Amino acid sequence: MFKNLFPNKILLLKNNTINNLIILLIVVLTTGIIYSLLLSPPDYIQGDSVRIMYVHVPSSFIALGCFGFIGLASICNLIFKIKIMPLLAKSIAPIGCIFSLISIVTGSLWGKPTWGAWWAWDARLTSMVILLLFYLGYILTWRFIYDFEKANKISSIIGIIGLFNLPVIKYSVNWWNTLHQPSSISLTSAPTIHYSMLIPLMTMFFAMAIYSLIIFLMRYKTEIMKLKVDKKNKNNLKC
Amino acid sequence: MFSKKIKPRIFLLLFLSLVFAIIILLILKSLENNVVYFFSPTEINEKTDISFNKKIRIGGLVKMNSVKKNEQIINFIITDLKNEIIVSYNGLVPNLFSEGKGVVAEGKLKDKKYFIANKILAKHDENYMPPEVSEALEKKDN
Repeated sequence: MFKNLFPNKILLLKNNTINNLIILLIVVLTTGIIYSLLLSPPDYIQGDSVRIMYVHVPSSFIALGCFGFIGLASICNLIFKIKIMPLLAKSIAPIGCIFSLISIVTGSLWGKPTWGAWWAWDARLTSMVILLLFYLGYILTWRFIYDFEKANKISSIIGIIGLFNLPVIKYSVNWWNTLHQPSSISLTSAPTIHYSMLIPLMTMFFAMAIYSLIIFLMRYKTEIMKLKVDKKNKNNLKC
Repeated sequence: MFSKKIKPRIFLLLFLSLVFAIIILLILKSLENNVVYFFSPTEINEKTDISFNKKIRIGGLVKMNSVKKNEQIINFIITDLKNEIIVSYNGLVPNLFSEGKGVVAEGKLKDKKYFIANKILAKHDENYMPPEVSEALEKKDN
């Protein structure tokens, strides 16, 4: 599977594949939205504001996942100097950035009716803001440093440092007293969320994951094309 | 397994990561009083360096049958099932504030057992379920 991400393979990626993915996205997203907004029950305390969760939780998952990917790619990049690693990480960064922003905004909208405050500087919320800052730092490094090698090194270091933030976000609700509730879904124990709410949550997660995949493939293909064009230009200049 | 060029890079990165992880742990450890969003009544009870002029937050469960409202002022007890603090608050409480549920109060301590709040936040727990299920659960408990 990983072979498909090699430069020459990705250029063969047909628009057809992306179109099929878009159709799949539309199907899953419509199901998810109908299920979460109309069919799923309101919560026993929160009422209908629980529906914000169906956007909030999947976006947080994806924001964390994307940064995990960036971090791992940065490590591989610094150690093995694999050329496609920075391109992979670079194409996934804006996706994670937008989803962490969505997560923060929807969380804030949920916080007002539930907690009684738009914002609280507790450990979970603060570490999430730090994640957003790392994303911005990562993206801006690529944007404002024109020398590829330099930008590559600095952004990789940002990616690796940001990796330490991920366990802090994940476990902040268990390590310290926070206003944010602990997670309802874990690998080791039964979910504390009723299955009639878990199913739309998972559907929305798949929809957002497919969306991220589409954007990632499109951006990655563009990055590879840019690389090839740059190379060609350089060769032409030499001749 | 790895070539001569790659090995030192791995070790350097591992070493730097370890150093960095320790630095972060130490920082978080020393800032623990600021990282926690609220103190539980037991923590307040055990603390020796409480300042009564500084704004702090305490949190726990609202004790059953402890909420008393008269006109604007609302009194209730925050408990962590070991220790309790009486809270007095003047203002509106969030919709989700109710007995037996989590709460965070922001304000100043009068003494170790009495707290004057100027802001009340409701804390939601990690349980999500439809109303019917919660009713069924309550019936089962009774």
